[in-house]
Amino acid sequence: MSTAAIDSPIPPAEPRFTASRVNYLNVDFGVRSWLLTTDHKRIAILYLASITLMFVLGGAFAVMIRLELMTPEGDVLQADTYNKLFTMHGIMMIFFFLIPSVPAVLGNFLVPIMIGAKDLAFPRINLLSWYLYIIGGLITFWAILAGGVDTGWTFYPPYSTRYSYSQVVATIVGLFITGFSSIFTGLNFVVTVHRMRAPGLTWFRLPLFIWAMYAASLIMLLGTPVVAITLALVAVERIVGVGIFNPALGGDPVLFQHMFWFYSHPAVYIMILPGMGVISEVVSCFSRKAIFGYHLVAFSSMAIAVLGFLVWGHHMFTSGESVYVAMIFSFLSFLVAIPSAIKVFNWTATLYKGSVLLTTPMLYAFGFIGLFTIGGLTGLMLAALGLDIHFHDTYFVVAHFHYVMVGGMVMAYMGGLHFWWPKISGRMYPEGIAKVAMVIIFVGFNMTFLPQFVLGHLGMPRRYHTYADEFQILNVMSTAGASILGAGFFIPLLYFLWSLKYSPLAGPNPWGATGLEWQTPSPPPTFNFDKPPIVTDEPYAYAPKEDARVH
Amino acid sequence: MQRAENAMHEYTAAPRIYFIIFAALMILTATTVGVSFIELGQLNLTVALAIAGTKALLVLLFFMHLIHSNRLTWIAIAGAVYFFAIMIVLTISDYATR
Amino acid sequence: MSTDHAAPAHSALRHHFDTLDQQRDASLLGMWAFLVTEVLFFGGLFLAYTIYRMSYPAAFAAGSHHLNIVLGCINTAVLIGSSLTMALAVFAAQQGNGRNVARFLLATMFLGTMFLGIKAIEWTHDYEESLIPGLAFDAKIWAHEGMPPLEAKQFAGEGELFFVLYFSMTGLHGAHMIIGMAVMAFYLRPAWHGRYSRDYYTPIEGLGLYWHFVDVVWIFLFPLFYLVGTRGSH
Repeated sequence: MSTAAIDSPIPPAEPRFTASRVNYLNVDFGVRSWLLTTDHKRIAILYLASITLMFVLGGAFAVMIRLELMTPEGDVLQADTYNKLFTMHGIMMIFFFLIPSVPAVLGNFLVPIMIGAKDLAFPRINLLSWYLYIIGGLITFWAILAGGVDTGWTFYPPYSTRYSYSQVVATIVGLFITGFSSIFTGLNFVVTVHRMRAPGLTWFRLPLFIWAMYAASLIMLLGTPVVAITLALVAVERIVGVGIFNPALGGDPVLFQHMFWFYSHPAVYIMILPGMGVISEVVSCFSRKAIFGYHLVAFSSMAIAVLGFLVWGHHMFTSGESVYVAMIFSFLSFLVAIPSAIKVFNWTATLYKGSVLLTTPMLYAFGFIGLFTIGGLTGLMLAALGLDIHFHDTYFVVAHFHYVMVGGMVMAYMGGLHFWWPKISGRMYPEGIAKVAMVIIFVGFNMTFLPQFVLGHLGMPRRYHTYADEFQILNVMSTAGASILGAGFFIPLLYFLWSLKYSPLAGPNPWGATGLEWQTPSPPPTFNFDKPPIVTDEPYAYAPKEDARVH
Repeated sequence: MQRAENAMHEYTAAPRIYFIIFAALMILTATTVGVSFIELGQLNLTVALAIAGTKALLVLLFFMHLIHSNRLTWIAIAGAVYFFAIMIVLTISDYATR
Repeated sequence: MSTDHAAPAHSALRHHFDTLDQQRDASLLGMWAFLVTEVLFFGGLFLAYTIYRMSYPAAFAAGSHHLNIVLGCINTAVLIGSSLTMALAVFAAQQGNGRNVARFLLATMFLGTMFLGIKAIEWTHDYEESLIPGLAFDAKIWAHEGMPPLEAKQFAGEGELFFVLYFSMTGLHGAHMIIGMAVMAFYLRPAWHGRYSRDYYTPIEGLGLYWHFVDVVWIFLFPLFYLVGTRGSH
């Protein structure tokens, strides 16, 4: 491919790329062609719109939480309302935003194209996935309107089964249905990657994004059913009045925690692995260099998926878990950090002696690498038994997971959206404003959550709408940061929409990147390729032959 | 299109084997019921699970054609069993060592 | 690219697959992947069962003795028989014998219905004996001679847990059977009209995998619920 494109991040508009060429966007108009589509790219767009909506909703709940926490007293909201807000913030963000985000939007769009296929293995099930997501979302939305749920997104009994008067069952029904959306997406990806790769595309020629999506899909398949049945049991207990998790009737609330976290810990790897896949693609493209240690990164994705299922007990260190098992879980939690660390080292090593281009996706990737590292290291602190006794249920935990989820995952999602926006929409986004937005988001994020590490360390508990007076300064700082962060997120929303009409057209490969997705027009035609591709190159074949293969 | 080397094989099953397996499953069912009338203490559960496991294996291998299936199918089943076992074993470990 | 268009593509070949073989491989892998999720889905309930049986062996044995072992046995034979007819249906599909496919599917549905019918009889008995948690559960029948009231209440609670798990797991199993039988009904007509042959019998094959899985679940449910605690001594 030409190297001309790498001299400046934004190529000039090339008149021969006209928007009138038939692509997946303009092949058919009308509501039915979208709502009954089986084209994976259109389904990705449907998800993009729905997920953005969920993110805004979840973000609105966060705004209200931070508003309340500006002052130590509970003067903005009642305690019950506050409980509902943090519950619903968690539910929306985890189940309706983070878990689907990269898989359902970028994964759906890119997986078939990256492997040279015309579509996913089961296009109709793909559409069904989206409808399940929407139905689950609508039911949950109804639950919010009908009074909300206040159990925390973790639904711990006996509060969720006996004492909460909120819409627990309705929310559980919504989540149960949405869970199947996740399962079917994972199923689709696994079968597609196994059975639909283009000729010549062996496993170790696959982009690392595919490895990451595959590993995340395995977790989706294995973990989601367990949380589905667990929540179903909570609903049964509530409706029928039995004591599955009720100690008074012989049940065990800690059993719920085992069953719940068996999924919900691997779930965080469902959330982060796809993001890591994005970072691998972005970092190699904008270092003009193959990823350092491709095999290690690929195996790390699989290792995270497997090890991630062995550590759930670290959420239960203070629940009365056996000390011996706690030690095992602690040790395994240290182990699971290793493959993540390997990835961070490999991305960094990729930058070394690379030709670094500071495009917006690359800036998000840098943000990811730094912030995910902080989140990961604080996770190790939490995995240490002695420290967790002190930190459990404090803002230290809240800061930790927001660093990995927002500082990590959301940054990766934003980076991925920017990186593949030209492919998805056929347009470039405005680079200058995008960089400014990234910086605003970065600053806002750190201002919101860095103080929370300190707050947690000082002992401020989570999930309370009031706090001791001495915590106020840091809380005010956090809320100020949150307002910057919130404002920052609106900017891309606006310019992405703006770019659809006013930005220059992108060619097939504005970044000069490797990968099959860049060999097809932007936006791609409905069946992705005019001729089925045959793969002969190694992945990330960026540099010419004389490139020092120093690794 | 990737036609993997280890794709599903074409095979022709003979109905005879199905009847043989059915008979075996009936015998095993009768066995497990019979054993349940004998007092074996802790061993009762072990024997019952062993027999159930054998019956399940027969269904998997012959009714579900696992014996003719490719390596990926075996890995998928092994994976399911493995993670199910993890879930059980680590949870039991908590209760057993408190 | 292996498609040469000397012959028109089989009508069942979807556009995103290159060959029927690839489509069959993908479909069957998809069904196996789905069954993996089902193992974990039922698995959660098996976990709850394991923990509670470990904790309350006496109550579980007592609960198990309330179940009708004869009907349980018959049902096991019926369900395994339905697996036999299902396997024969798949064989017939492979042979291109559409009529037999439909006949064996009907036989499977018949046996499945018989299973559900016997289950309904069992559940009716359970209702009459006040063993259905939430609906009709009598804690008093669990007390033994000379059991102090608090202990009796606890024992009844443990027994109730047995039945919660019993109805949840056999109920979930039954729901899976109903869905399987509905899908079978859906395939009766195409089968009868010769839709399936050696080239293409994937739907029947996939359905067979699903139905056999349902059988495997019951193979474990039967001893875990009906055969707890030696019966000979009672």
